Amino acid sequence: MSSAEHSDFEIRDYLRTDLFPHFMCPGCGHGIALRALLWALHELDISMDKLALVSGIGCSGRTAAYVDTNTMHVTHGRPLAFATGLKLARPDLEVVVITGDGDCLAIGGNHLIHACRRNLDLTCVMLNNEVYGMTGGQVSPTTSNDRFTTTTPLGNHEPVFDACELAAAAGASLVGREITLQTPSLKDLFRAALSHRGFSFVEVISDCTEIFGRKNDLGNSTEMILKQKSAIRPESYGNVVDQPFRPGNWSTGILARNERPEYGANYREHIVAKLAVAVKGRR
Amino acid sequence: MSASAQTQMRNLQGNHACALAAVAAGCRFYAGYPITPSSEIAERMAGELPQVGGVFIQMEDEIASIGAVLGASIGGVKAMTATSGPGFSLKQENLGYAMGAEIPCVVIDVMRGGPSTGMPTRPSQGDVMQARWGSHGDTVVIALVPDSVAEIYSQTIRAFNLSEQLRVPVVVLIDEIIGHLVETVAVPAPESLTLIDRKWADSPVDTFKPYAINGDDVPPMPRPGAGYRTHTTGLTHGEDGFPTQDPVLVAPMMDRILGKLERHRDLVDCFEAIDCEDAEILVVAYGITARAARRAVRRAREQGLRAGLFRPVTLWPFPEQALRSAAASAKTVLVPEMNAGQLCWEVERVCAGTPIARLNRVDGEVITPQQIEQQIMDLAAHE
Repeated sequence: MSSAEHSDFEIRDYLRTDLFPHFMCPGCGHGIALRALLWALHELDISMDKLALVSGIGCSGRTAAYVDTNTMHVTHGRPLAFATGLKLARPDLEVVVITGDGDCLAIGGNHLIHACRRNLDLTCVMLNNEVYGMTGGQVSPTTSNDRFTTTTPLGNHEPVFDACELAAAAGASLVGREITLQTPSLKDLFRAALSHRGFSFVEVISDCTEIFGRKNDLGNSTEMILKQKSAIRPESYGNVVDQPFRPGNWSTGILARNERPEYGANYREHIVAKLAVAVKGRR
Repeated sequence: MSASAQTQMRNLQGNHACALAAVAAGCRFYAGYPITPSSEIAERMAGELPQVGGVFIQMEDEIASIGAVLGASIGGVKAMTATSGPGFSLKQENLGYAMGAEIPCVVIDVMRGGPSTGMPTRPSQGDVMQARWGSHGDTVVIALVPDSVAEIYSQTIRAFNLSEQLRVPVVVLIDEIIGHLVETVAVPAPESLTLIDRKWADSPVDTFKPYAINGDDVPPMPRPGAGYRTHTTGLTHGEDGFPTQDPVLVAPMMDRILGKLERHRDLVDCFEAIDCEDAEILVVAYGITARAARRAVRRAREQGLRAGLFRPVTLWPFPEQALRSAAASAKTVLVPEMNAGQLCWEVERVCAGTPIARLNRVDGEVITPQQIEQQIMDLAAHE
């Protein structure tokens, strides 16, 4: 797989620019994530006619509408359920889910673990900004300890979900994480996820500057993103913790990969085989 | 006439008849979650669908089941799920999505006693109002309520046709007792069935508006992969399908969506009126209760009483005009139902001015013909 970091990629070719101005806040990391996703789709030459973007509710859920493709903005927490039906009914479509930390891990948590287990050929992109941004900044399952949100006025004391560990444990056959600052690496991770046959889960460490950052005095978007960079343990460095330079909050890159049967093809092949036996048995 | 083109007489359980009818109607995707007393529908679909190239999946919960059904339907495949009261409650939010985004789907609710876990193996008609008002906001839904295994078969096929034709979710409310009843059904030859598929968009891609308001009420659906690249959302949207809260755009869209059933009464309405012309005591009953009522009305007639039966088969939208005509000569309207009194309020609204009597059971037992007959006698004696 060649990985061009400079290409003829023109993001506007993939966007519904007539919907602009978009509604993301200044400094939001979701746009960078979307750019990396579209860049990966461009490099893989995936037809926008054959792509289906399914998203849930929240800031993450609103990003899909800006892409000029088949977009489905469904109910809160349920994009994986809709995507499962769509992919099983239409295996010819490339189905990608865009979800957020609340959408995917809280209200949609049950669908995530079962989508991982099933291993249907879906790509699930979880934009993790540590907060419920759309509803005004409430605590989410990924909000770091001691962070202030509108529903943790004294700081968050709930344990934090590691979404990638969860996905890998539940059986996702490709799991990865990246920050938005490493856009080419994020694009490559998306390429790997989109090319993977089976359920792939990509966590993007995004940033919510306006609501979460401001409430926690984390500085502007650039400062937040640079802090993320100092907090990662990149795959290229063996995901090692390098104290004190890299305190090591997040491993990045491809964190789990295993080849196992893709559910949709497996279902159809299994049925063909069983029905053939049944017909033979009746003779 | 070849053997395959003939009607087949088959002994079928109601739930199995529902599954077979769905397959005959062209359903090729089923997602469900086990729940008594509807599980036989899922079990039968799991066996039938693979044989016709369809997909069956048991999802992780009720919400995922209707979600997957809507995903499949957006993909262009006729899809169904089946459940019972508690699961029907869980599906309501996504049913609302189907109403707003106009995604065809069929939901079977085999009714059991409630509230909550209630009486999972006992019959009830407690979901008739949930079927109409279960999702939030202003809703648009068709609900059908068959009274026999044969009618489960025919109404399940009709449910798919209406759903495809009008782009609206269709709920089939089955009494537990009919779902588990075995009766002889004249299963029509597949070639003899009238099957309706949704209208697919075929106009030029550049100017296509997925939710156009053009007087036809039901816009054609864009098939993913066909180049239309449209947006489907649960948010209020304009003709282009993109979210808007502009009153100028929202009002006509909501008028179209919420009014389309009223404007297609010719397709939607379905009822049975027995001896209503001169009926002074009109019984309004549905599902299994209507079978008891039919016998009670006949017995009352035999005893010289002017009794009649009005049986809605399409429960929602409620057949207002038909009931008003049927009740023209009624001095009293009796509404027996296996709940604490639900449809009686709708009947009271439609038959305003006519006294309404109720007969209710919430003990997990059916209402007997004798009970209805007795109440008809009592009402006649008091006139």
